[in-house]
Amino acid sequence: MKTYLYILVMALTTYLIRVLPLTLIRKPIKSRFIRSFLYYVPYVTLAVMTFPAIMDATNSPIAGIVSLIAGILLAWFGAGLFPVAVCCCVIVFLMELLF
Amino acid sequence: MKAAEKRQYLKGMRDGIPIALGYFAVAFSLGIMAKLSGLTPFQGFLSSVLVNASAGEYAGFVVIAENSGLYMMALMTIVASARYFLMSCALSQHIAPDTKMIHRLLIGFDVTDEMFGVMIGRPGYVNPVYAYGLYLLPIIGWSSGTVLGIVSGSILPASVVNALSVALYGMFLAIIVPPARKDRVVLGTVILGFGLSFAFSRLPVVSGLSSGTRTIILTVVIAGLAALLFPRKEEEADA
Repeated sequence: MKTYLYILVMALTTYLIRVLPLTLIRKPIKSRFIRSFLYYVPYVTLAVMTFPAIMDATNSPIAGIVSLIAGILLAWFGAGLFPVAVCCCVIVFLMELLF
Repeated sequence: MKAAEKRQYLKGMRDGIPIALGYFAVAFSLGIMAKLSGLTPFQGFLSSVLVNASAGEYAGFVVIAENSGLYMMALMTIVASARYFLMSCALSQHIAPDTKMIHRLLIGFDVTDEMFGVMIGRPGYVNPVYAYGLYLLPIIGWSSGTVLGIVSGSILPASVVNALSVALYGMFLAIIVPPARKDRVVLGTVILGFGLSFAFSRLPVVSGLSSGTRTIILTVVIAGLAALLFPRKEEEADA
């Protein structure tokens, strides 16, 4: 039951974030600080949520770290969303099979 | 529905097809995470059909798994989905000023990175009917992908589920690395994020905090410092 409450709170909060600027605010954000802050937030959040979580998601932390490094390198040299994701999975699968 | 509106709706639907396919795959890996957090297929469906946000839902599933309180869910959602606020602000300038409230409320339902990109990239004001057509298939792809991920998570062997559970992190990497390569400030925030996140998870006292709390604190501090020290120029900050 509590899970449904969690989902409700998640849905309402997300909706308010999306809809307030279209209904009540209706203006571009003037503050350079807030614009910059909101610009940087997603990158920081995703970085923080990815590491060390990727290491704790796998049975051996080493498999997680190797797939993290491989993922960073692939994305750095231009691989897209799916190639990166698939490679990370394959690396973890093989490493946990072999070691 | 008038003929012109029908045309707009169908045009939106057509533009939504490639997005729906991509969403299906991302949602599948999100479903694996949902399964690992203990959600049933129906709960996953409900989350995805109502929320439509990869980072936001992942963060939410972490809160559910840790059972860290409803206020925590609200805070985590705000942090993980804050960027939609920026997008909706920009989008509000691309909606005709006389647009009815009901249309504003409905367009706001599914402002995602991809929808925003498509709507903002079209000339002129956003036609609400076009937006509804655009939203339809991606929402179906997103929610069905989540359900399939959760179901697969219960069927597939543990070794495969383990491997699939890093898919979402791989996708997160593919989102943050290219801009980090282009922009040294973003690169700095990402490296600092990795380093401090690791330190926070291992150091005494702070490692006792839930991972949600750590994510919120680190995001606000690092993004706040970056915005203070390296504010972006007007034209760069638009999306």
